[in-house]
Amino acid sequence: MATVTPHRRPRKIGLRIALAIGLLAGGVFAGFPVFWMLISSFKTNTEIFAYPPKLITEGFSFDAYLAVLGDPEEIRFFINSYVVALSVTALTVVFAILAAYAFSRYEFRGKKVLNVIIIGTQAVPPIALIIPFFGLMVSLGLYNTYAGLILTYIVFTLPYAIIMMTAYFNTLPKELDEAVKVDGAGAWTALWRILVPISVPGIVSVAVYTFMISWNEYLFALTLTRTNDLRTVPVGIQLLIGQNTYHWNQMMAISILGSIPVLILFLVFQRYFIGGLTSGSVKS
Amino acid sequence: MTALRTGRVSSRFGSSRLARKATPYGFVAPTAILLIALMVVPIVLVISYSVSTGSITSKDAPFTGITNYVTLLTNPDFWNAAFNTLVFTVSSVVAHLLIGLGFSLMLNSRLLGSVPRAIFRVIYILPWLFTAAIIAVLWRLLLDPQGVVNYLLQAVHLAGSPIAWFGDPGAALFAVTVMNIWAGYPFFMISLLAGLQGVPADLYEAARVDGASGFQQFLSVTLPQLRPIIISMAMLDVLWTTQQFALIWLTTGGGPISVTEMLSTFTYKLAFTGFDFSMAATSAVIVLIFSLIVAIFYVRSQRSES
Repeated sequence: MATVTPHRRPRKIGLRIALAIGLLAGGVFAGFPVFWMLISSFKTNTEIFAYPPKLITEGFSFDAYLAVLGDPEEIRFFINSYVVALSVTALTVVFAILAAYAFSRYEFRGKKVLNVIIIGTQAVPPIALIIPFFGLMVSLGLYNTYAGLILTYIVFTLPYAIIMMTAYFNTLPKELDEAVKVDGAGAWTALWRILVPISVPGIVSVAVYTFMISWNEYLFALTLTRTNDLRTVPVGIQLLIGQNTYHWNQMMAISILGSIPVLILFLVFQRYFIGGLTSGSVKS
Repeated sequence: MTALRTGRVSSRFGSSRLARKATPYGFVAPTAILLIALMVVPIVLVISYSVSTGSITSKDAPFTGITNYVTLLTNPDFWNAAFNTLVFTVSSVVAHLLIGLGFSLMLNSRLLGSVPRAIFRVIYILPWLFTAAIIAVLWRLLLDPQGVVNYLLQAVHLAGSPIAWFGDPGAALFAVTVMNIWAGYPFFMISLLAGLQGVPADLYEAARVDGASGFQQFLSVTLPQLRPIIISMAMLDVLWTTQQFALIWLTTGGGPISVTEMLSTFTYKLAFTGFDFSMAATSAVIVLIFSLIVAIFYVRSQRSES
């Protein structure tokens, strides 16, 4: 191994070629399934299983998308997903800001216990909670309602949101809010007038993270709703498998449509998001 | 609502000592109420279900102590699910680590220009941006007996006849594992990439002065520097992979003949197809205990790093 160094140039060319091959092989592994989803959504259903498979579709059409968008039941899945994900995001952000402020700026009795609960919560497997949740939601009359799903999701998004938000507030000097408080204003004013406006990057990370988790959730959406008018996109896709006897082009189209919100959020907020996520996961 | 009100009240009282003491409680109240009602209470409930019989379905579920645990731990179906979960998790985590490391090293290479780097980074992150339900449907299309993967395998003579990947008892566990490998490596990659960018350049400089080759630098500088990230990622991944439900449920449903039955699908079926919520709770508590053990190791490793 160590004796290769003298021939610098040829080794670099060899490395470049190896790197190019590696990158392309990785690209095919990562990207081909997604490419196939995209291309299949533009195919006709008969073309999907054409032999040999067609890399580029001949009968390029938006029919599958029009079919999805023209079906009120499938539109309903999207509306449900938006209602749930946006409500969860708004509530999580507000609750997280409040709790993170207390964690970042105050010492109080019970702080440690609450902190342990917040960290421990993330280790609790969803499958362990789904059984009591089902019982609880039925007895509270929240089974098969938006409120039941929204409350459920907040429990899952809030702990990590608080950790991310606390880490963000900790980077802001305490003198900022102390100065406002000296002027006679309370903690409430200091938080919303001073800290929140300068914490937009942290808040965006929390919001994007929360939206993605709620938009993508499957197990609880499947179990805590019963009627199709309350199904979210991930559960709705599964219903299509049963109903439409494999309209693969439509299933790929609804998959693409169902992924667009997350894709856009990710591409726009990539930097905030990855930064916030890794700093949180390393620090917590 | 209550959050806003408590916050207002405490600010109105301004600097009085009592208000100052109460202030943090006002801020954490919504979180505390929610987490106690919907996290602590459910955990207590699931444990109590697991030590009684007929929970949820019957009005009075008598306390039966550890009977459920004895029944479950002597049930070969439970051990089959546990074994499948083990195989699935170990293969997934090892593959996630290797692929994540390989991809992040390639992306971090100085031989790569910034534009191709940005393009490949997005391509490599792609699987992470799709939810499990969508990934499951997509892989059902890819791995269909008439699908593109079977066509390619036959074209290069790796397979004689089409394989029903999710339907063949000999292939199904392999198929769901490959799908999960595809779905899960990007988080490893992102974290390792961040770690690679944080390795101080002078460490490499020092190693080069000592005459270390590229591979030796990797062993003596890169790997030790990445070790904490690798350990914490691996533990998080063990937690997530043992809990994987949607990918399995939507492709094989645990079949054929239970070869892909995981603890998650096994537990879910006990509860929601068998309606034996007590036995399901027992299984869930075992999963919970395992997860908490992993989590404790995770927190310890985090603490010893900082």
